[in-house]
Amino acid sequence: MVTVLADVRRARHIAEQVPDPELPMLTLADLGVLREVRVTPEGTVVADLTPTYSGCPAMSEMRAEVFARLTGAGYERVEVRTVLDPPWTTDWITSEGRRKLAEHGIAPPGPAPRPAPGPVPLVLSPTREAVSCPRCGTTDTEETSRFGATSCKALWRCRACREPFEYVKEI
Amino acid sequence: MSDDHVYLSLAEGHEDGDARWAFGTGFEDPLYGVSTAVPEGVDPAELAACCLALGDDALVTAQRLAEWTTRAPELEEEVALANIGLDLLGQARLLYARCGQVDGTERGEDAYAYFRDADDFRSVRLAELPNGDFAFSMARLLVLSAWRLAHFERLAASADPVLAAVAAKGVKELTYHRQYAAEWVVRLGDGTAESRRRMQAGLDQVMPYVSELFAAYDAGETVLAVLRQVTEAATLSLPAVPEAAAGSGREGEHTEHLAALLADLQSVARAHPEATW
Repeated sequence: MVTVLADVRRARHIAEQVPDPELPMLTLADLGVLREVRVTPEGTVVADLTPTYSGCPAMSEMRAEVFARLTGAGYERVEVRTVLDPPWTTDWITSEGRRKLAEHGIAPPGPAPRPAPGPVPLVLSPTREAVSCPRCGTTDTEETSRFGATSCKALWRCRACREPFEYVKEI
Repeated sequence: MSDDHVYLSLAEGHEDGDARWAFGTGFEDPLYGVSTAVPEGVDPAELAACCLALGDDALVTAQRLAEWTTRAPELEEEVALANIGLDLLGQARLLYARCGQVDGTERGEDAYAYFRDADDFRSVRLAELPNGDFAFSMARLLVLSAWRLAHFERLAASADPVLAAVAAKGVKELTYHRQYAAEWVVRLGDGTAESRRRMQAGLDQVMPYVSELFAAYDAGETVLAVLRQVTEAATLSLPAVPEAAAGSGREGEHTEHLAALLADLQSVARAHPEATW
């Protein structure tokens, strides 16, 4: 029993260290994509991953990397499963993950919006709480595009230091 | 180091079929590890038909959105349209994978995307029409994303756990898509005389096709409420929804545009079946 517990802990630790392919400063644990690691009574290590976006092209790479690291660490039977429910939300990015994002010049997300039925919000100027510039810290910033180089990021610009920056948009 | 060929050197050390370096067709199952069981009380044929229609809408729309790449008015818009298309492509992959699990054929996603002809597609005609003017594309995206969002909100409570999870995820993405399209409709409609004229023309071209969407189930009122709100803010007039036209993409009756779109989308997969590189 003690061995199994230690094994789960070790396996979890290994899976948790896998970096995200698009945001390599974050681990899959920081990002909240790694949901669970367990060892079945038969001794198979099972890791659960939840994709960030439906079309996330990094999903198969994440799965392959978790598999490779666990088998590389000596686990013979490893299964990396997709878990779709509940859907991933930026609220799952850990405080450590948020700190690392900001440190690398990417503004971390605010709280995810609750689904609000009713009219489409149609104010064309940005209405959300201003995002802090990850370089100079001012909130005098503006959105340039809600879509960026990866599904999870938006493009912003700082009006004080004039630098463009990326922002992990809430979902 | 095979330094004379950039792709060969990329793949070096990954010759053992590593999924990280799989290109072309034959991607792995996007539903890997998700339970394939169909709950009691769910009709597999109905579930398959629902997944197929929604998957086809998403694939065809994603292809049209991808066609804006290198042609959009600004780089930021190009990135946005490609991102929206990518979300829809991801939804299509999951829906096709689910369809293959429940329709009795055990086909993978590629079989649905690449190896069916236009007659076998169940997407609405609105999705396959050529991109035309940017304003037409925005009017179409507004209608399609407003409808899909309303439909997915309902399907998030589906008795099938896979469809419910795909829909719940999609709701978050579609909220962004609808917002993007709605903002463009307002910006162009309430813009210059020229942008207003073209936005109205785009809306006028889209409306004859909406009854096909509304026929599926009673989402019409929800979608119309959105369209009324957005067109009012855009100072445009919303044309009446015509009576359902004869024939429907949902029955496999398409315009000539779908076959051309599919020829483009499927040509490589059909010329080199099972190819990976």
